Amino acid sequence: MVPLSYYLVLSGILFACGVAGFLIKRNIITIFMSIELMLNGVNLSFVAFAAHWHALAGQVFVFFVMVVAAAEAAVGLAIIIAVYRTRETLNVDQVNLLKL
Amino acid sequence: MNESLNLWLIPVLPLAGAAINGFFGKKSSRTAVSVIALTFCGAAFAWALWVASQFSSLSQIPHQEYLAHWIRAGSLAADFAFYLDQLSLVMLLVVTGVGFLIHIYSVGYMWDDPGYYRFFSYLNLFMFFMLTLVLANNYLLMFIGWEGVGLASYLLIGFWFTKDSAASAGKKAFIVNRVGDFGFLIGLFLLIQHFGTLNFAQVFDKIRPIAPETAGAGLLTAIGILLMVGACGKSAQIPLYVWLPDAMEGPTPVSALIHAATMVTAGVYMVARSHVIFERAPIALTVVAIIGTLTALFAATIGITQADIKKVLAYSTVSQLGYMFMACGVGAFSAGIFHLMTHAFFKGLLFLAAGSVIHAVGGEQDMRKMGGLRTYIPWTFMTMGIATLAIAGIPPLAGFWSKDEILWKAYQANWIYWLIGLITAFITSFYMFRLLFMTFFGDYRGQEVDAHGHAHATHGHDDHGHGEPHESPAVMLVPLMILAVLSFVGGWVGYGDHFGHFLAPVFGSGQATEAANQASSYTEYLLMGVSVLVAVLGAFLAWLLYVSKPFLPRMIAEALGGFYQAVLNKYYVDELYAKVFVKPLVDGSTSILWQGVDRKVIDDSINDAADGAQHVSDNVRHMQSGNLRSYAGWIAAGAAVVIAYMIWLGVGR
Repeated sequence: MVPLSYYLVLSGILFACGVAGFLIKRNIITIFMSIELMLNGVNLSFVAFAAHWHALAGQVFVFFVMVVAAAEAAVGLAIIIAVYRTRETLNVDQVNLLKL
Repeated sequence: MNESLNLWLIPVLPLAGAAINGFFGKKSSRTAVSVIALTFCGAAFAWALWVASQFSSLSQIPHQEYLAHWIRAGSLAADFAFYLDQLSLVMLLVVTGVGFLIHIYSVGYMWDDPGYYRFFSYLNLFMFFMLTLVLANNYLLMFIGWEGVGLASYLLIGFWFTKDSAASAGKKAFIVNRVGDFGFLIGLFLLIQHFGTLNFAQVFDKIRPIAPETAGAGLLTAIGILLMVGACGKSAQIPLYVWLPDAMEGPTPVSALIHAATMVTAGVYMVARSHVIFERAPIALTVVAIIGTLTALFAATIGITQADIKKVLAYSTVSQLGYMFMACGVGAFSAGIFHLMTHAFFKGLLFLAAGSVIHAVGGEQDMRKMGGLRTYIPWTFMTMGIATLAIAGIPPLAGFWSKDEILWKAYQANWIYWLIGLITAFITSFYMFRLLFMTFFGDYRGQEVDAHGHAHATHGHDDHGHGEPHESPAVMLVPLMILAVLSFVGGWVGYGDHFGHFLAPVFGSGQATEAANQASSYTEYLLMGVSVLVAVLGAFLAWLLYVSKPFLPRMIAEALGGFYQAVLNKYYVDELYAKVFVKPLVDGSTSILWQGVDRKVIDDSINDAADGAQHVSDNVRHMQSGNLRSYAGWIAAGAAVVIAYMIWLGVGR
């Protein structure tokens, strides 16, 4: 049986990749994908704990997270398309109208 | 207290007049302003007369009337309540009566002044506070009146506030009075601490059983001396008299009302009111007598040398107030109040007549530029002549009776007081006749001055136009005449000591009165003769020097040299005060309080704090770049820190 710590380390790596992508990338779609990566990193740790402790709550949480992530993806992608139509760019540094 | 005289009306009426004129006077006509001011002041006088008519039928004297709660703090109570006895009745009549006459006079005198309504508003305000002072039934309410008349005095001295000298004279009066008030207040604190009340009746009831403090001066002596300090300020006694001569910067009716007839006598009234305290504090009483006597002589000598007609009268006032304190100091309170009353008549008259003279010669106040005015302004001359005779103490005019009473009482106490009083009487007679002769006799010396290019431009106030000296209008002359009559007959109430008997319930038939009965009346008549002789001598000397041989004064002045210069410059007291008190205060305030504390400590600490905040903000604001990813970075960093901290906590456990 694979020990719990392996899952957790993998989960941490996935999450760190997400954070790094979020901070480094300028393309808004990449950033969006980084967020998904972070969510799934967390999901992994949830199911790992659920399996380890034989508790179902973690698995239920994961379904919730997936639902929210799907909803978020739908809204987020719609916004991205709207932004692209008006600004004709996906670079977040150029989407700065609200900046003083 | 079933019998009510509605005493509150007396002070409140002038207050109403002051309020109406103060708020609406600017837009109303001069006539309306005069009508309102005179009506309210006259109504107060009428009410005071009615009160006087009811006085003998009062069942209980002192009569007290309660109006409203004011301060109730623990056991201390001070209410808006009034206290009427023989003493306050006399003051009441003097203040409202003379005040009303001076109001009438002011209508004529101030008619051309642009601040007409302001003047009457202040004048009525003064009446309100003065009547509060006189009628109060506790020291605290009296103190309110006391401060209030100080305020009115300040406003009226600085009435022509665009003139530098008037503004600073007002300030000087106010500040010097504060010095005295400080003593007064501490006296009141002592009263509260040891007797728990400021109510006249209660304080006196508690003090009466106390035996007189003799050698080992104690509490009552301290209170008495502190009260005297207050009286010194308000009534212009040594060492706080310096403000009164400067107060002559105010309009002349103000000098007459506030700085001669009423306000400056408040100190005498206060001392007389507190006679219960003073009678049990012989040392305090001696202090009063000595201050009064010295002031009388000191101010009189300065009066000889002054050339400004109002300054002469101002020093004369200081000197006469000294007489009153001398009387109080030897325990003859009723004599002091008697002199207060007659002095209000003749000194009020003198100032009003001087105002009429100034009016006549177009604002000139220097007597050296007057002369020969008696043919131009005969009525003013006659009334002023009567006042001069009265103050000099020529029988049967008012001043003779009261001054003689004081000298007689002083003689019984200590012949030194009497002697100095007599010398002062001589000097008084001399400088008053000097004033009369310089102003009204000889030739008119005004025109030649005009040729030299308006030497009196500095006396720009009181300016009513130039040309021939001309008599004042009737509205100014009638009060003069009434006061002249009062100055003539006002002393007759002192005949046979009627006045003293009237006041006896207040002051008690003190030991002085009994002694008077025992002492031979022969001595009294002898002293009377001496003082009349001295007055006549003074008048004669003045005639000799200023009418008969006008070249003599200059020779005498030159012969006296330095001493004359010292007297002419008022013994350099103002300069001394400036050096000893004012300059160190100004320097200390400038270098320590202003440049040191205010600039260095307060301003700098505030500025440094502001600069520091700005500096920090300048650096920190770069964090808020608007770059979304940098925010995310901060969040991630923050989260990392929190996680690290929690891990550290877990490890530590």
